[in-house]
Amino acid sequence: MTASAGPALEVRNVSLSFKGVKAISDLSFQVTRREICALIGPNGAGKSSLLNILNGVYTPDSGEIVFEGEHFRRMQPLEAARRGIGRGFQNNALFSGMSVLDNVIAGLSRHSRVTLVEEAFRLPRALGQERAFRDRALEVLKLFDLEKYAETLVGTLPYGVQKKVEIARAIVAKPRLLLLDEPLAGMNAAEKQEIAAVIARLNRELDLTVVLIEHDIGIVLKLAHHVVVLDYGRKLADGPPETIRDNPDVIAAYLGSENAEAAA
Amino acid sequence: MSEINLPAAAEPIDQVGLKVLTIVATLALLVTAPFLASEYWINAIIVPFLILSLAGLGLNLLTGYGGQLSLGAGAFMMVGAYATFSLQLRVPELPLPLALIVAGFIAGAVGLAFGIPSTRIKGFYLIVSTLAAQFFFEWLFLKFPWFYNGNSSATIALSRGLSFFGLDANSPHGRYYLTLGIVALLTLLSFNLIRGQTGRNWMAIRDMDTAAAVIGVPVFRAKLQAFAVSSFILGIAGALWAFAYLGSASVQSFGLTRSYQILFIIIIGGLGTIRGAYLGAGFVSLLPLALDWLFQHLFSGHVDAGLLQNIQKAIFGLLIIWFLIKEPEGLARLLSLRRTQGARRRLFPS
Amino acid sequence: MNMFLETLIGGLLAGTMYSLVAIGFVLIYKASGVFNYAQGSLLLFAALTFVTLTDQGVPALGAIAVTIGLLVLTAITIEKLLLRPLTNRSPMTLFMATLGLSYVVEGVAQGIMGSQVRALNLGIDDLPIFLGDIMISQFDLIAAGVALAIVVVLSLLFNRTRIGIQLRGVADDTRAALSLGIDINRIWQIVWAVAGLVGLVAGLLWGARQGVQFSLSLVVLKALPVLIIGGFTSIPGAIVGGLIVGAGESLAETYIGPYLGGGITPWFAYALALVFLFIRPAGLFGERQIERV
Repeated sequence: MTASAGPALEVRNVSLSFKGVKAISDLSFQVTRREICALIGPNGAGKSSLLNILNGVYTPDSGEIVFEGEHFRRMQPLEAARRGIGRGFQNNALFSGMSVLDNVIAGLSRHSRVTLVEEAFRLPRALGQERAFRDRALEVLKLFDLEKYAETLVGTLPYGVQKKVEIARAIVAKPRLLLLDEPLAGMNAAEKQEIAAVIARLNRELDLTVVLIEHDIGIVLKLAHHVVVLDYGRKLADGPPETIRDNPDVIAAYLGSENAEAAA
Repeated sequence: MSEINLPAAAEPIDQVGLKVLTIVATLALLVTAPFLASEYWINAIIVPFLILSLAGLGLNLLTGYGGQLSLGAGAFMMVGAYATFSLQLRVPELPLPLALIVAGFIAGAVGLAFGIPSTRIKGFYLIVSTLAAQFFFEWLFLKFPWFYNGNSSATIALSRGLSFFGLDANSPHGRYYLTLGIVALLTLLSFNLIRGQTGRNWMAIRDMDTAAAVIGVPVFRAKLQAFAVSSFILGIAGALWAFAYLGSASVQSFGLTRSYQILFIIIIGGLGTIRGAYLGAGFVSLLPLALDWLFQHLFSGHVDAGLLQNIQKAIFGLLIIWFLIKEPEGLARLLSLRRTQGARRRLFPS
Repeated sequence: MNMFLETLIGGLLAGTMYSLVAIGFVLIYKASGVFNYAQGSLLLFAALTFVTLTDQGVPALGAIAVTIGLLVLTAITIEKLLLRPLTNRSPMTLFMATLGLSYVVEGVAQGIMGSQVRALNLGIDDLPIFLGDIMISQFDLIAAGVALAIVVVLSLLFNRTRIGIQLRGVADDTRAALSLGIDINRIWQIVWAVAGLVGLVAGLLWGARQGVQFSLSLVVLKALPVLIIGGFTSIPGAIVGGLIVGAGESLAETYIGPYLGGGITPWFAYALALVFLFIRPAGLFGERQIERV
């Protein structure tokens, strides 16, 4: 991988509609390598839909995605994962019938190299991989202070803890681009700080490019290097946090109304 | 971080040792069982119970673990039985155990083919594909005499009987040990799959298939694997059902009713648990006996067989509904020592 | 050519019967998201009740009234004991529950009223009539007419009555309907009862054709491919799907069957449905589902 200075991700003229209703119209922006890019905007602005396009859950009506120099109209979800795009979901999409550890290990699936027969007979390679996966998953759980829940059924945990498991699952396979859909939602202030710190650290230490959706403007302005503001599927503003904070359009459309106090 | 005392997950690693011990003890009991039970019990209850458990296990891998609903268990059993018959008839050099394995692979390949639509369609829509298998094979194996060697009754039976590497397995004890050995081996292999990467992939797809694909679970491959492995096991179960239990079988032995029976076994026993298949099969095998006994004593004499069958049917239906509402994990959870702990798993979340 | 037309028309007429059964499914699916496997057993239950009553000397109208009463009671019971406890569970769980329900209904119905085949005479003669050179079954023609009438009545019911409009509201957006104060449990009861009535009509027509017996409940297996082809959420879909399956089966048996040794009807509809699933997973008239994550 060459350390080119070009954008890690480029969204080019992307449009998406559901049953004739426009969710995203002609959206373009760039995400530079190793930056944290925050997508903000009111509900229904098309933020989650955009993330779904980025890793192949939805196919845009038009436009394309450029990821690490390669052009895509649609990437299959599995292809996206293979290319190093990790994803955390808005409403926890954890595997409720599995333990925390197994949920995180599932994030390593694309690295699995053992065959069915090797697993059925527990041949050395299968056992070795299982051990390696376990170790790696525990390492990531430690990062979130979750080791004690490793064997717990994930569906029984409080929401905030589940959110962390979800991020752990998204980064366990060492993605190069991490998409997070409201990773801080439903958390208390201390938890928010904790997770924001982890995201910042991942970004710094692992050279991880992050695109995240978040409603807490206070945290966004501190955490993000780059903010894209969406409203009704259109780009309202795009730039470093300082310029966003002062952008009159944004204040009028978004910050001004519901979140004025957060920005102040 | 708040300290909350939370329940342990389904299969903690440190309990595996204990589990192995239990399995060994159970096996010891199973090995001595023929000397404790009458020939009638071995022939009419224990052997079919074991085979139904195996079939339940096969379906549970696909439906309980993989989340892919199938109403075609009977079809894949049928393929296994007819393949074994053909192999024993036309490739007599092949010893029975190998013929069973080859038949399992044939059933697995067929299952894989009928599983291909699962990559396009989800949830209960998939029953179309599995029902197609059910009806197609009922037609195929009845329509073309080649499959039953032109036999006038359109049934299949092994002319050389059962043997296991030179050991005669035709006696009740022989059939019991043959069945037990195969069931135990396949259970062990399934257990290994379930606690490894394959099982994780299956459960991830069952619990949330879109998310599974996005985080890198190879959904397409894992679904097909589930179909193939499930059908492999069902195929061998079908062969055992035909030749170790019935002796001679026909298409009717593996009809839609059989498919439902296998599905009911895992719903009652416990979807997504290995022991559920055994508990469910035990229940399904014993309930008719219990009802029969009850009616004999209650009405001290003759009860119309048709009525008894209908009562049984209604009771099964009620139990299915009750389990789905109250205990989706079935008897496996009801009988579990850990049942007081924690919330239930939600199988097949919408 | 005449043979082709005869086969086609015969198939289309038979297909209207499939449509009739499939409509019962669509009603329930739209209102409660359940693929009601027990629709076939309810149909058997309705026909069996009617035959048993008339055999006891109850006049036909009285028998119909009692049967309808029982169907309504059944619908209420199902809603209370099955649907309500399973609210918000996955479609697959609901499907399996209705599979269990079908066993209960069949077991109870046959346990009380017997399992033997019963003749049912509706007073419609099954005479062939001729349109030019083409022979058509009079019975099929009348049955098709009845099916058509039911469709018209149901459409009126949905578009003109308050309950129909509420029902459509529930189907389109359950949460919004709830917030408007629509009693969803009552809607479910009504829909299941209406589906039962449609089942009664279908059961009588099918029963008159092939006798009232267990195999009547297996029409559910015909309805499934019909719904896959037409789409689960659309009454026009059920009609068109039924016609396609009816005509397809009839033509396939005549023109393809002989090359395959015949008797391909049981699986042909499924093969056709699988083809449709690959081309149009939502069916001809169904709505595409959007995945939300």
